[in-house]
Amino acid sequence: MKKNIRIEPFVVIILFLILAIIGIGLDEPSQVINQATQICLSCIGID
Amino acid sequence: MELLRKWVQGLFFFMTNGYWNFPVTRSIYKGPLKVVCSPGLNCYSCPASTTYCPIGALQQLFAGIRLSIETGQFFMGFYVIGTMGVLGGFVGRMICGWACPFGLFQELLHKIPSPKFGIWPFLRYVKYGLLVFMVILLPLFAIDEFGAGSTWFCKYVCPAGTLEAGIPMLMLRPSLQGNLGWLFLLKLSILIFFIIWAILASRPFCRTACPLGAFYALFSKVKMVKLTLDHARCTHCDACHDVCPMGVRFNESPNDMECISCLACTKACKLNAITLEIGGVPVSGQAKSPKRKSTRA
Repeated sequence: MKKNIRIEPFVVIILFLILAIIGIGLDEPSQVINQATQICLSCIGID
Repeated sequence: MELLRKWVQGLFFFMTNGYWNFPVTRSIYKGPLKVVCSPGLNCYSCPASTTYCPIGALQQLFAGIRLSIETGQFFMGFYVIGTMGVLGGFVGRMICGWACPFGLFQELLHKIPSPKFGIWPFLRYVKYGLLVFMVILLPLFAIDEFGAGSTWFCKYVCPAGTLEAGIPMLMLRPSLQGNLGWLFLLKLSILIFFIIWAILASRPFCRTACPLGAFYALFSKVKMVKLTLDHARCTHCDACHDVCPMGVRFNESPNDMECISCLACTKACKLNAITLEIGGVPVSGQAKSPKRKSTRA
């Protein structure tokens, strides 16, 4: 059975990669790391 | 292959929970790795966690979207969604089967001897509702007087957060026990419910309530690494049904959104009708036995 390389995964990955790069351009990683290094007590049920 | 999967699950568990200094610091990891996305559901308030949970981070960004716009920063969640999408595009829900610590936890629970039950198929749709409402819409639109939303799924549902962060933090900081109220009781009840359910049924949280699994499921048809069915070889013996931990009938639904590519069916299929392929190129399950004609229409 002949198998062809599917291009859809590459298109999807590139699109989301571009989205991630836009996020990096907006400096979102700094916000993510800022949130992730703080204990969110209400998020874990200790309010 | 099952042994390899267990090793990979263990590896990801320790990679995403590799901060073992927490009993000394009595706090969470605060280093630069926290900018890396955990592929599976892994609470970043867990004392051992080294990465961020995409579902938690997404809710935080959506909850604070108005405040970020007001301050001219425009944090819209692109980085988190983009990272999740790249992971989804590569392997989709294979992450659930190979890299999620909470999935591993449920698998171990299911090994406890007990009567085993199935899960009603319609319950699978609950997780899409949780993704849409509790992860996206409510954090975006249910705001307080200051314009800030809340992390609805983390706060009111996530049993992984209770297990990995809530309980450990209470042990590390006993003074927090004074803050406990109905919210913690609710979350503890949900955790206990899923623990008991996981003993009785296979991966109930993944199948019914995980919004991250729901997101990755959206990539089931277009992901790079996926299982495919050779219809010419399949005799519909249904051997793949019996071994699937997600209740997938692979020969009837090869692109099923529930498939976590654990490869149990590739081993069960004696006719090598199920193939693992990467971007359309088969890498395992190549036919060694002669083709058989289907016995069913």
